[in-house]
Amino acid sequence: MIKLLLLLVFVIALAVPVFNKTAPALFGFPFFYWYQIAAVPVCSLLIFIVFRAENRGDEE
Amino acid sequence: MTYPAATIVFLLLITAVIILGFSAGRWKAGDMSAIEEWGLGGRRFGTLISWFLIGGDAYTAYTFIAIPALMFGAGALGFFAVPYTIVCYPILYLVFPKLWKVARKHGFITGPEFVRARYGNRWLGLAVGVTGIFATMPYIALQLIGMQTVIGALGIPGKIPLIIAFAVLAAFTYTSGLRAPAMISIVKDLLIYVTVIVAIIVIPSELGGFAAIFAKIPPAKLILATPPAGSTGAYTGYATLALGSAMALFLYPHTTTGILSASGPRVIRRNAALLPAYTILLSLLALVGFMAVAAGVKTMPQYAAGFAQYGANFAVPALVLNAFPAWFAGVAFGAIAIGALVPAAIMAIASANIFSRDIFRQFFAGSTANETTVAKLFSIVMVIGAVAFIILIPNTYAVQLQLLGGMWIIQTFPAIAVSVFTRFFNGWALLIGWAVGIITATYLVTLNHFVGATYPFHIFGYVIPSYIAFATVILNAAIAAILSLPLNAMASDKTKDVTSVADYA
Repeated sequence: MIKLLLLLVFVIALAVPVFNKTAPALFGFPFFYWYQIAAVPVCSLLIFIVFRAENRGDEE
Repeated sequence: MTYPAATIVFLLLITAVIILGFSAGRWKAGDMSAIEEWGLGGRRFGTLISWFLIGGDAYTAYTFIAIPALMFGAGALGFFAVPYTIVCYPILYLVFPKLWKVARKHGFITGPEFVRARYGNRWLGLAVGVTGIFATMPYIALQLIGMQTVIGALGIPGKIPLIIAFAVLAAFTYTSGLRAPAMISIVKDLLIYVTVIVAIIVIPSELGGFAAIFAKIPPAKLILATPPAGSTGAYTGYATLALGSAMALFLYPHTTTGILSASGPRVIRRNAALLPAYTILLSLLALVGFMAVAAGVKTMPQYAAGFAQYGANFAVPALVLNAFPAWFAGVAFGAIAIGALVPAAIMAIASANIFSRDIFRQFFAGSTANETTVAKLFSIVMVIGAVAFIILIPNTYAVQLQLLGGMWIIQTFPAIAVSVFTRFFNGWALLIGWAVGIITATYLVTLNHFVGATYPFHIFGYVIPSYIAFATVILNAAIAAILSLPLNAMASDKTKDVTSVADYA
């Protein structure tokens, strides 16, 4: 069930109507840009959580 | 020489990398007459090397030129590269460790080889293999365009330098196999990271900060247009472009080769969490396109000739020349040029593996030629073909064919990616679905006159613009699924599957 976090990655990255706006800006970046850039480490972390949960045993 | 200091640094970097390429064959040395050694590095790259190799493979020189160029020309739409290179990683995590396992168990070195064994159907394997080679050829040509743009920006005229660079590429690919790009990708990525980090610190400070840069972008290009009534507009265009590109990414022969050369499924999964570091890099690099707008390089007389010849692709080189001291421009251009050699080498090797295993050995049974020799020779054919491509036909055709290549390669998604989970499909049904997908995608691209990747589909009075590749692969999968029911009932090919459930677990 932990795999459902991977589904969340698609939702976060592809929810275009949610992030297609200019405000609020952050460090001069319109929302559209900083949201998507911030989504990268967030999604990477989600994948890492799934990886840690599923790969406890030694397989190689 | 217009920029002597930049040119000298550039040539030094290229020379160093070429020496590295030739010496790579001795690294973790194996028996280079075995195709698993030459074409797959002996399946022994660990987490770090795989990170560099797959990163160097998926984020190519052309990406580094074309994505900022798209931002420079079209604005916000170009940023689809970011969600694209986010959602490709859950796909990598879910699908490709399974493909690695079954490939290791049965000694497969290509995607088509897996498909052929899974369905016991060499024609389906041929279709998937030929799709891979045809999608890759223009992709290699685009790497040449990336290199040509920076060589041109240095003021070195003519196509001779390009031919020399790729002759050398063909030579070290022949001798060192996959180990050459694996080793070079480390140098390439370090150079790219340095260049981009310096660029996003130095250039915004010269231009008055990011707020000032974004302020110079016309509002219509700053975010996507709000969809008109009765249409999902740019929203579905953007999302399907990202999702479809992500589905296609790891089906390309060169990316599959990068993945299969990993030392285990765990290395692949760990890299699905680590590779997004490159996406951060790409997102910052995409913004360099906006920096080029804000810096106004397009109206500077010294770059007029470059823009006339290379179009928006000249935006990044012009900005680099404008913003940096000459020697650092040499480093940046060296990074881009080496960034062209790495994926081009892997593409040539991957196509050669397919030609040798899935075409030559399957359909020229009488031949006694060694499969590694066939692959090595075909890798040279691929490079020569790509160079001929660039020299003989206008660059715009290579760009258009690469657009088509993406539409084609995604049609192998049901046969490769879905098939690691289920044996529901019938092999012949997959072949028919593939054919329908290829034909409709190609037809829709011609309706767009080879320029647009999205097409406005009319569904129940609603207009839903979609990336053509995404819409057509759904059609492909639906046809394959529907036809599988009667075909499996009449003459099931399930007994021809040489893999077993345990091979994927």
